[in-house]
Amino acid sequence: MSWYKPADVGLAVRRQLADMGLGARLLLRLLLTSGPTFRRFSLVRDQIHFLGNYSLVIIAVSGLFVGLVFGLQGYYTLQRYGSSEALGLLVTLSLVRELGPVVTALLFAGRAGTSLTAEIGLMKAGEQISVMEMMAVDPIQRVLAPRFWAGVIAMPLLAAVFSSMGVIGGWLVGVVMIGVDSGSFWSQIQGGVDVWQDVGNGIIKSVVFGVAVTFIALLQGYEAQATPEGVAAATTRTVVLASLTVLGLDFILTALMFVI
Amino acid sequence: MAPHLSESLVELRNLTFGYAERVILDNVSLSVPRGKVTALMGASGGGKTTILRLIGGQNRAQSGELLFDGQDVTPMAQKELYAARRRMGMLFQFGALFADLSVFDNVAFPLREHTGLSEALVRDIVLMKLNAVGLRGAAQLMPSEVSGGMARRIALARAVALDPELVMYDEPFSGLDPISLAIAARLIRELNDSMGLTSIFVSHELTETFAIADHIIILANGKVATQGTAEEVKRSSDPLVYQYVNALPDGPVRFHYPGPSVQEDFGREQAA
Repeated sequence: MSWYKPADVGLAVRRQLADMGLGARLLLRLLLTSGPTFRRFSLVRDQIHFLGNYSLVIIAVSGLFVGLVFGLQGYYTLQRYGSSEALGLLVTLSLVRELGPVVTALLFAGRAGTSLTAEIGLMKAGEQISVMEMMAVDPIQRVLAPRFWAGVIAMPLLAAVFSSMGVIGGWLVGVVMIGVDSGSFWSQIQGGVDVWQDVGNGIIKSVVFGVAVTFIALLQGYEAQATPEGVAAATTRTVVLASLTVLGLDFILTALMFVI
Repeated sequence: MAPHLSESLVELRNLTFGYAERVILDNVSLSVPRGKVTALMGASGGGKTTILRLIGGQNRAQSGELLFDGQDVTPMAQKELYAARRRMGMLFQFGALFADLSVFDNVAFPLREHTGLSEALVRDIVLMKLNAVGLRGAAQLMPSEVSGGMARRIALARAVALDPELVMYDEPFSGLDPISLAIAARLIRELNDSMGLTSIFVSHELTETFAIADHIIILANGKVATQGTAEEVKRSSDPLVYQYVNALPDGPVRFHYPGPSVQEDFGREQAA
């Protein structure tokens, strides 16, 4: 029972600060090396394919099912107030403003984030990062930066797919199955969704989540202990940290967007 | 061009390196002669691999100088260090091939990163380098499809792709079957002579090392125990070197890990 000893507390605080410093330095170096990365866009393109395309199925299917369930639950509530025509608007606004970016980010952390962490961690364990450094190739610029930007670019696109599939799910349940009027379903969406206020804020959120999730995944991989156990632990940390960060950031962003 | 074409390509001067609680290299001075094959030997954990990492600037010495072609590597910033590293090739213990690239692309990697050569030229150079290690036919395989010995030869082709001046091998012989071992030893010698390299390798294989190395350095307890040609090292009067080159289980390096005496542990006094 010694966790409250001043020396231990001091050590823990210093470790936390050192970790934060490492993270901040890595983020800075990622941003500073972006110029050359974009000049060789094929590297980023390949990673967008890898991260985005391979996450497409899970994102699209999840989006569809969230929309289906949302259609049912939304109808259940709205019909009590005789406003079931607003189902389309309810589903769309919830998806575009909130669920699309957040759930996509959580799924992305689980699908793409873990694979990033494991990939970088295993490269480190196999001395591939060291060998690259010895070849005078900066691994941050060559390996990490393309993956970082690919994640940042892929996230809003995936969130858009998620939200679109969700709206289709809501339409399937509301219009096709229950029989809500198709015209009012779509016209309420057209009239009620603002491009800047709703869609724009959703995009801002998913870009921020893209930065956060991809960066956490890369940091965990890059700082992982170069052993099988270390890589396993880092992968777990990626999911936990990225998910919590997304939820925390979401609250802050939503609050800010209401104020502004 | 080079202002001082000295005898040695790499020189350590009073170099000290260690971690917080343990000194690995204690005030070590040694030099690696240009154009020769130098072997670094010594007990495990003796700082041999550390010397390679120090030369490559992956570890930084606490004090002393490490000269690579007359320039001190220790205080270099990233840009200078990368310039120096372009003149070095390093072969890691298990090859460290990029798992997602084919054998061909692995060898082409440094060429594509550092030169603006056309793909046709890259192809020719890669096949030439692979030919030199006898693996031109394996160009289209993936790293998962080649054996450990082949992986190291591919990594060697990659390490010399940019025609470095210095090639460092970290335990190139460990875990190889006798045939692969003989191939590896011959390659180190032949590449050194045909490409005009300077080679350093870390090894525990006495026979192979004595056969191919021009200069042997034996480290012990963070210091240079002896150095010289194979014959000189074999004749060394240092008891530790004697134990090492004759592979004796007991000597200055004890068979028993230090601990309480046998009497204490087995309690003979109590029985008596």
